Amino acid sequence: MPIKRQTIRDHTAEANLFARRAVIAGLIVILLLAMVVSNLYYLQVKHFDDYQTRSNGNRIKVLPIAPNRGLIYDRNGVLLAENRPVYSLEIVPEQVDNLDDTLSQLQTLMGITDEEVEDFRQALRRQRRFKPVALRSRLSEEEVARFASRSHRFPGASIEARLARYYPYQDTLTHALGYVSKINKKDLQKIQVAGQEANYAATYDIGKLGIEKYHEDILHGKVGYQQVEVNSQGRIIRTLDVEPPTPGRDIVLNIDIRLQLAAQEALKEQRGTVIISSALTGGILAMYSNPGYDPNLFVHGISSKNYSALLNSPDRPLINRATQGQYPPASTVKPLLGLLGLETNTVTQEYTIKDTGQYRLPNVTHVWRDWRKWGHGDVDLAKAIEVSCDTYFYELAYEMGIDKISDYMSEFGFGDYTGIDLYEESDANLPSRGWKQARFNQPWYIGDTIAVGIGQGYWTITPIQLIHATNALVNYGARFVPQILQGYRNADGQLTPEQLKFLRPIEIVNQDNWDAVQHAMYEVVNGEYGGARFAFAKTPYISAGKTGTAQLFSVAQGEEYDAEKVDERLRDNAMYVGYAPYDKPEITVAVVLENAGGGSKNAAPIARQMMDAYFRLYQPELFASQSANNGEPGH
Amino acid sequence: MKRSTIKENHFSIWDRFHIDIPLMLGLLVLMGVGLVTIYSAGGQDMALIERQMVRLGIALGVMVVLAQVPPMAFRRLSIYAYGAGILMLIGVLVFGDVGKGAQRWLDLGFVRFQPSEAMKLAVPMMVAWYISKFTLPPHLPQILISFTLVFVPTILIAKQPDLGTSLLIASSGIFAIFLAGMSWRLITIVAGLGGAFLPIMWFFLMQDYQKQRVITFMNPESDPLGSGYHIIQSKIAIGSGGLEGKGWLQGTQSQLEFLPERHTDFIFAVFSEEFGLTGVLILLAIYLFIIVRGLMLAVRAQNAYSKLLAGSITLTFFVYVFVNMGMVSGILPVVGVPLPLVSYGGTSMVTLLAGFGILMGIGTQKRLLSR
Repeated sequence: MPIKRQTIRDHTAEANLFARRAVIAGLIVILLLAMVVSNLYYLQVKHFDDYQTRSNGNRIKVLPIAPNRGLIYDRNGVLLAENRPVYSLEIVPEQVDNLDDTLSQLQTLMGITDEEVEDFRQALRRQRRFKPVALRSRLSEEEVARFASRSHRFPGASIEARLARYYPYQDTLTHALGYVSKINKKDLQKIQVAGQEANYAATYDIGKLGIEKYHEDILHGKVGYQQVEVNSQGRIIRTLDVEPPTPGRDIVLNIDIRLQLAAQEALKEQRGTVIISSALTGGILAMYSNPGYDPNLFVHGISSKNYSALLNSPDRPLINRATQGQYPPASTVKPLLGLLGLETNTVTQEYTIKDTGQYRLPNVTHVWRDWRKWGHGDVDLAKAIEVSCDTYFYELAYEMGIDKISDYMSEFGFGDYTGIDLYEESDANLPSRGWKQARFNQPWYIGDTIAVGIGQGYWTITPIQLIHATNALVNYGARFVPQILQGYRNADGQLTPEQLKFLRPIEIVNQDNWDAVQHAMYEVVNGEYGGARFAFAKTPYISAGKTGTAQLFSVAQGEEYDAEKVDERLRDNAMYVGYAPYDKPEITVAVVLENAGGGSKNAAPIARQMMDAYFRLYQPELFASQSANNGEPGH
Repeated sequence: MKRSTIKENHFSIWDRFHIDIPLMLGLLVLMGVGLVTIYSAGGQDMALIERQMVRLGIALGVMVVLAQVPPMAFRRLSIYAYGAGILMLIGVLVFGDVGKGAQRWLDLGFVRFQPSEAMKLAVPMMVAWYISKFTLPPHLPQILISFTLVFVPTILIAKQPDLGTSLLIASSGIFAIFLAGMSWRLITIVAGLGGAFLPIMWFFLMQDYQKQRVITFMNPESDPLGSGYHIIQSKIAIGSGGLEGKGWLQGTQSQLEFLPERHTDFIFAVFSEEFGLTGVLILLAIYLFIIVRGLMLAVRAQNAYSKLLAGSITLTFFVYVFVNMGMVSGILPVVGVPLPLVSYGGTSMVTLLAGFGILMGIGTQKRLLSR
């Protein structure tokens, strides 16, 4: 039966069966294609936005562009910090036919060392073949020229320029200006904490010291962006969009570079510092700390040998002596102590002591000696300041006590940061009972007070504090923060001045007292016995001031100080603080010379040089009339 | 009734050369689309286009030659072609060259030959020959023997390993059995058995790299830069093409080389990216047109062998399309199946057009043979 069924085929039935199956197959085909289409609809229409975003994420990369750093000018528009191109020789590996050949030829041509080639090969391994790798950075002009004339022989090698900071005044301005250097891990953390990561994404250098660090925000600017299309290997195909960076603002300092240079010249090899400030605003006209160093060394990464030389030098060049140097104020604070005596009615202007050169306290064996062995005879406050009588101030300090001194001197800003626009500032030490108890776990002794009375003992100051206090004195208690920044330039070149920052003023009890003390300082310079009368002889302007000679070495009871016998680093510091013109102060000058000896003999002449320099520049007519007078000696 | 159509009495030059005009037009349009897309995907490399055109020319030549062969000649050849094919597959497993980690090539001294490609035609021929010896629909014993005829070469090819080709060969044979009228009850049972076979395949037959492909298919985001990279980039390319596409030569995924295998297996992603859903629908319409035309020719064929072979060739062509689009768009695992007549590459092109040659022969020679 089955065999029969096979032999007699029903062709029509078979054809119909096949046709039905073919139609079913066709329907299945359509069904499956509909599945494909619905999936494509899902991808291309429903999730189009997602996939478009991911596609753009693949191909579009946003590259940050570093803003150019703002320039720094002095008060007269002299450029103090500029951006200069630095050149490096870079090679794009994939564009070089024979890398070994090219490298050896460049070695001969440019004198590139084997170490540099080795470093290059190391860097090469970490880079994509189409990205440039530096063979030598910081080419000299001569090297640039040498390569440029033969560059056609080196396809794939090129000179690339980047802007880097340059300080034309080198070691003249280091401590005030500071420097920038490559962003390191610590800087990066700070940037992250400040939420500035994006803004610094392309930035190479950051302010590390001085004004460059303090005013980083103004100088840095705002990052720009470049949208580029990249392929799957990260090669840039084309630039799609550019949002240019906003350059940092140019800033103008109160510094007058001519005065700064004059200060450097005056100090020569002498360790110490000179500050000139405006008596009207506290603005810093000059701030020089000696010795300095060349900040350009740091811009491109200082060698560890050079750095340890700076770090370990006994002259401590890295310290800004003007703001970080802590010195006993010595006699420079006598006018302020005198003022306190008058304001508290501890003494009157007429009160007179008899100075025999020695000061004793009842029931105390210790003898405090005046700098002048035989004393100054009858001394009132004016004379005490003029001749810098120690005995008068021993007694005054004893009468006032440490609490009053400490309170009043802190009103003048001692023992505290002045708030100058430098992070490198010390608050030095204004001693008090509480301080001594905390520091040494010892009670305050009366002898401590007497040492403080002549600016010695536990009391230390920074030169900028001395400037600040003197500004407060000549301004009758008004206090403002000493500032290096004068202002910043807007996009249109207009200067937006930095606002003065006022501090709590000192209360005046009787203005007459302030005048008296200022007059006493006038006598220091101009009086018959004034400590600075020789240094300031025949100035065409009238100034006032106070000398100081700070002892760093305790002379044993009954012995005499002999500079020759004392180690050089323990010799007296010479100090001077002064202002001019006396009747209408424009500038305040502070000078501290380490281990230079007496203030009258050593510091006062430097201060005079500074004042001369200032008036020669700003009131040259004063000197014109003087030379005219000097021109007729027989007159 | 059939004889009364105009075409029956009108002998055009195309009829004389056994070329089916609608099918031919569909294939040529498809090849044109392929060349245009390869130009874009291959980075506008004219040399690539030239090589592809040479291949197309050879393949078209093979097609035209095979179209002249009477279907009954193929019928007589079936058993020898199949037998020789099985021997060569065994030969490949024993002596074959290893290319890309799989043994696919047999070096006969004068020519390097991929027996699995020949089997794409030999298997449906053999199954059609065997089933058509009996009346349709086939009964269980014939069906069992037919399945054996299909799975012996399928397993041999899967062993090479070449999952894509074994899949195509299995489906070509199964289509012939289905079209022959295998009962729905049996189809259900076989589907159930097939389901049971999957774990056996997973544990005993599939190579590690094939398993990895399946795992990647299930969750490509698990390894976005490794094995999932292909499929993720491919989906991004397709999805970002949107409705209208980015434009010819403007596909960023392909032009910027994010997309792998751009001009070969993944060319559909390039096409979708540059021409969007609109372009894809047109492409699918062309494929559907060819498939429907193929089925029409099969239905009109004069005898069971011709019907089964023509139907199987047509549906296998569809499997290419479906599997390729499915894997590129992420609904099927990545198995190496090209987009037929569009992907760059030679071997499958020749086999495909050889199949269409046989199809055209069946479609145009029926008159001559029927009387």
